[in-house]
Amino acid sequence: MNVLELKNISKIYGSLKALSEIDLVVKKGEWLAIMGPSGSGKTTMMNIIGCLDKPSSGSVILDGKDIAKENAAGLTAIRRDKIGLIFQQFHLVNYLTALENVMVAQYYHSMPDEAEALQALEKVGLKDRAKHLPAQLSGGEQQRVCIARALINSPMLILADEPTGNLDEANEGIVMDLLQGLHDDGSTVIVVTHDPEVAEKAQRTVILEHGRIARIIENSSAEKADET
Amino acid sequence: MEGKKFKKYKMYLKMVTSSLLRRRSRMIVALLAIIIGATILSGMITVYYDIPRQMGSEMRSYGANLVLIPSGEGMTADDVNEAKKYFPTSGEVVGIAAYRYSTGKINEQPFMVAGTEFDAVKKVSPFWHVTGSYPSASGEILIGQDVAELLHVLTGDIVTLYGNAGDSSIYSADLRISGIVKTGGTEEGFIYMTLSDLEGLIGGTGKIDAAECSIVATASEIDTAAAEIAARVPAVSAYPVKKVTSSEQAVLSKLTSLVLLVTIVVLILTMICVSTTMMAVVAERRREIGLKKAIGASNRNIIVEFLGENIFLGGLGGAFGILFGFLFAQAVSMNVFSRGITFQPLLIPVTLAASVVITVAACLLPVRNAAEVDPAIVLRGE
Ligand SMILES: Nc1ncnc2c1ncn2[C@@H]1O[C@H](COP(=O)(O)OP(=O)(O)O)[C@@H](O)[C@H]1O
Ligand SMILES: [Mg+2]
Repeated sequence: MNVLELKNISKIYGSLKALSEIDLVVKKGEWLAIMGPSGSGKTTMMNIIGCLDKPSSGSVILDGKDIAKENAAGLTAIRRDKIGLIFQQFHLVNYLTALENVMVAQYYHSMPDEAEALQALEKVGLKDRAKHLPAQLSGGEQQRVCIARALINSPMLILADEPTGNLDEANEGIVMDLLQGLHDDGSTVIVVTHDPEVAEKAQRTVILEHGRIARIIENSSAEKADET
Repeated sequence: MEGKKFKKYKMYLKMVTSSLLRRRSRMIVALLAIIIGATILSGMITVYYDIPRQMGSEMRSYGANLVLIPSGEGMTADDVNEAKKYFPTSGEVVGIAAYRYSTGKINEQPFMVAGTEFDAVKKVSPFWHVTGSYPSASGEILIGQDVAELLHVLTGDIVTLYGNAGDSSIYSADLRISGIVKTGGTEEGFIYMTLSDLEGLIGGTGKIDAAECSIVATASEIDTAAAEIAARVPAVSAYPVKKVTSSEQAVLSKLTSLVLLVTIVVLILTMICVSTTMMAVVAERRREIGLKKAIGASNRNIIVEFLGENIFLGGLGGAFGILFGFLFAQAVSMNVFSRGITFQPLLIPVTLAASVVITVAACLLPVRNAAEVDPAIVLRGE
């Protein structure tokens, strides 16, 4: 089953074509990496997949539904219900504790559940940091809170835009292991990365250049995508 | 289902209070603007309601607002009591001072001599400034400042007063000056003694030449009472003392409209100040708003959160405003009227409501803009 289908997607900013004629299909349970030089359109593509933005042309089918037809409120609802986002900068609400930051996602989605949120923090190894404010957490810890928040509503699709870009090697390892774990649990994960080592862990790597898909690498060393 | 609603509500409160408490320095700027506005608002309302009360008692101390004099035959104490029945029912009668007048001479100089009850005078004419004291025993007199200057006498001196007794013989009496009165008016040319002392000299007739009345009432109520008395009590003519009462009204209405004007200007300034602060706050929180929207917050979620914060801020600012406003009004009242004010309990809901409504109104536009923040800015890291 296809979680995501991009059909002939283009995104134009004024005279700049940030994405041109992208075609891509992502299967349920797949782990996909996106690589490419800076300015090649990776974030633009993630924004469109993540329903933060709409393509100038082409259609995005998410879980069988064309998002091009949705208005801003509709996109918000899709984002809330189907997508878990992890950003390059560790975006947390700075006046809420780690636990509350996870619960905010539950609050917008359905209802806050402290036990469940605490469980998610435990999963990323931060149960004892639950009551800390973001300013009291290290970069790696903040990013792990973001991961806990991204997975709390069991999204269909987890998107991470350079999640380890601002982390040291040790923390990068922890974060990648967590994403690996999510994938092992059956989540569909799309990660944008500069790091070939990170990309190697994915099943497929899409290489973007100048807004086009230059090539797609099937990674034989990684396990096969779940075909269900 | 109830549990679910409660959990959402609890989380909402948590978010709102955390935003205010943990971003304290930011919040304090907005709060300060609201407190200043609420303070001036509640202070002004207090002064606005208290001035008429203050002015009422100040102006009343300016003297009588109704004078009763005999028409024709002469007026007795009973006639005055009869007239009193037609006084405005709503107002308290502060005092009625009855006078009997005569003429007398001291050192060949003629003076007006008045007999009255000093306890009543103190109530009706509290503005009398007496050096020494009011007569407290028989044989004591109070003389006007002009009299004292003409005769070159001081408090404690003895003067000899003579004049026509009732039966056309001449009386002569040695009287001790217990005090000298200053009023800035015609009273300074008078010699005052108790009514019984005067009647002892010129003979009692039971008649009164004038009764000055001080009544807590409006000018029109006094007018009505005067007309009523003229119609119902034949022995008495009643004259409202128009000058004082109408000037009281004029000063009052000018003062209250000034206060109203200042209050409105302050409210507008407060709104501008609060909405400017809110705009700055919203601009500063664009990323946070974008983030919340990126993880699924609807525009309504964002608006409701900001409104919650502002209702909270407005309420808190209003509470401080009530306190400071009272102190402010108290200071004004002490300085201007030399007396305290009473706290109006109604001020609590009025100030709180005004403070919340103004704060919410001031932030509506910035918050609407806030809700329109594009969530895509978050991934871009702008
Ligand atoms: N909002 C925007 N307005 C104009 N140009 C944009 C905007 N967002 C991105 N771009 C341009 O689109 C191109 C692709 O950007 P981006 O997707 O952020 O690249 P990457 O994430 O691969 O570094 C860049 O040239 C960038 O300057
Ligand atoms: Mg990027």
